[in-house]
Amino acid sequence: MYRYTEFDEGFVRDRVAQFRAQVDRRIDGSLTEDEFKPLRLMNGLYLQLHAYMLRVAIPYGTLDSRQMRQLALIADRWDKGYGHFTTRQNIQFNWPKLQDVPDMLDALADVGMHAIQTSGNTIRNVTADHFAGAAEGEVMDPRPVAELIRQWSTDHPEFQFLPRKFKVAVTGHAQDRAVTAAHDIGLRLVERDGVVGATVLVGGGLGRTPMIGKVLSDFVPMEDLLPYLEAIVAVYNLLGRRDNKYKARIKITVHESGIDEIRRLVDHEFAARKPLFSGADQALLAGITAQFAPPVYDATGPEDYEDWRAADPVFGAFTDTNVAAHKHPDYAILTVSIKAHGATPGDATSDQMRVLADLAERYAHDELRISHEQNVILPHLPKRHLKAVHDTLKAAGLATANVGLISDIIACPGMDYCALATARSIPVAQEIANRFDALKLEHEIGPLKIKISGCINACGHHHVGHIGILGLDRAGVESYQITLGGDGGPDAVIGERTGPGFAYDQIVPAIERILRAYLDVRETPEEEFLDTFRRLGMAPFKAALYDADEARADAA
Amino acid sequence: MPRPYTPKVLTANALLEGDVVWRARDGQWTRKLEEAELIEDEATAELHMLDADARGHEVVGAYLAEARPGPKGPEPTHFREVFRTRGPSNYAHGKQEGQ
Repeated sequence: MYRYTEFDEGFVRDRVAQFRAQVDRRIDGSLTEDEFKPLRLMNGLYLQLHAYMLRVAIPYGTLDSRQMRQLALIADRWDKGYGHFTTRQNIQFNWPKLQDVPDMLDALADVGMHAIQTSGNTIRNVTADHFAGAAEGEVMDPRPVAELIRQWSTDHPEFQFLPRKFKVAVTGHAQDRAVTAAHDIGLRLVERDGVVGATVLVGGGLGRTPMIGKVLSDFVPMEDLLPYLEAIVAVYNLLGRRDNKYKARIKITVHESGIDEIRRLVDHEFAARKPLFSGADQALLAGITAQFAPPVYDATGPEDYEDWRAADPVFGAFTDTNVAAHKHPDYAILTVSIKAHGATPGDATSDQMRVLADLAERYAHDELRISHEQNVILPHLPKRHLKAVHDTLKAAGLATANVGLISDIIACPGMDYCALATARSIPVAQEIANRFDALKLEHEIGPLKIKISGCINACGHHHVGHIGILGLDRAGVESYQITLGGDGGPDAVIGERTGPGFAYDQIVPAIERILRAYLDVRETPEEEFLDTFRRLGMAPFKAALYDADEARADAA
Repeated sequence: MPRPYTPKVLTANALLEGDVVWRARDGQWTRKLEEAELIEDEATAELHMLDADARGHEVVGAYLAEARPGPKGPEPTHFREVFRTRGPSNYAHGKQEGQ
């Protein structure tokens, strides 16, 4: 894991001190809100519906136990004893008081964390595959590159006032668990003829105008990556539209100019910038990479892991859903679901955070990950400890065996917290999870990704959900549109709208009709929802959703 | 005939806590919607907005929200404003806390 240098430490402390003075001046009246707002946003502080919200970056989703315990402490001391893990590998505290925020930021700095550039029109927290460094078949760990980009982009003088926010994701695995195609820049690390580099996607994004990223370059060798990224952002900085907020993201720039023209401009810019990079970035990358060396694996073997799986059906089911293959045969990647049925997706209490920190420290090489799917991962867990870990998780309400299933829902905070939301998301997620748990259909349905956004900005990634739900305000009433067939993987697809939306009290029954139709029409129990949709298209689901309504309308 | 004015309340968030506040009849900020002043004409609304702008050291993000008269005082007409009178629906936090 990356450890802050003296420079990092000094930089973060200075920023806290600056912000402390800015908060003081806001409170004593020397700064107006118009003056203060850009300053607070630069430091991750939003004003939401009921309170302020502090968004803290968890760069590339990686944490150690000390950092996780500190998040728990912050939640207890200055918030309401919980935190919300987001779809961009951040954690949000929903109830800070303005005058406490500098202390919260100092507490973060104590453990090498910050909230810088988690908001504003800057390069945001760089996200990465949450199984990085642990998954089988990875080209390389994407986190050193992500950390390099974090350092390069933090307070980058040229990129503090971009036309709009800018999101970068990195994966080192062909499976692309980082949804790179839905980012302003998506990097897919690849190896070509023994040389490591990146396929660079540009112009992806969800929101009001969803677009899948386009390949700007097939292969950029590692030593050219930073100047190449700088060239992209520089081209966007000049060309991006500042006249219209809704057309300001790079996806629109790429769409309006065409990928070939953007490529020409970037190549031109790259040629000018490359000579300015002395190689210091590569020396830095080498130093960072050394800090992400894999753990020294425990060679004890899996012991009685398989016996426990056979003997204890609850444990067996838990490992079936929540364990992924690790590159070391005696290890597991364990996803801890932060989606207990009926709970708020991504919310962990301070006690749960401490339990997770203890487990990581005791059993799993002191490492934790936060996924964009709002779960917590123990990326390096020896299989022989899985039973003990499961027992502890169970006692903490963290042993829900639902990873990748219907109740493992991504949901944005929606109108329960967010000032931009047009409808609620959290209660819809809670009710879907509860409903299918009560029906005992979750395992029957199998792998399924439901993603819910409470407004068109699509923080809940609904466009790439197998089933996407978008909450809107239709004439003063919450209304939910459904999309089907979205996919956030390597061949990302934007979901297709089913038709008219559903009222708040009709959305869960509508989802149930879709899934009952799926169970009826799938060829075999092994055919997953997304495969059935791809085979049959929208028709059977549309019929299930709307035919009954038409029949009722006809009868009336 | 001018179009009838849809009654409104002036609302904002408190500077320090971020909690939802409304402008009360006495010009103070109240944390309870029923104590808010129901504004029934454009001129008063504009005057109160100017006043709120001048009191930027007390509140943030002032705006006018539609409301209707109720037995105890103004009531929200839009669901967003209803949520703002109580807090989130997933926990008993915010204004509903301890109620």
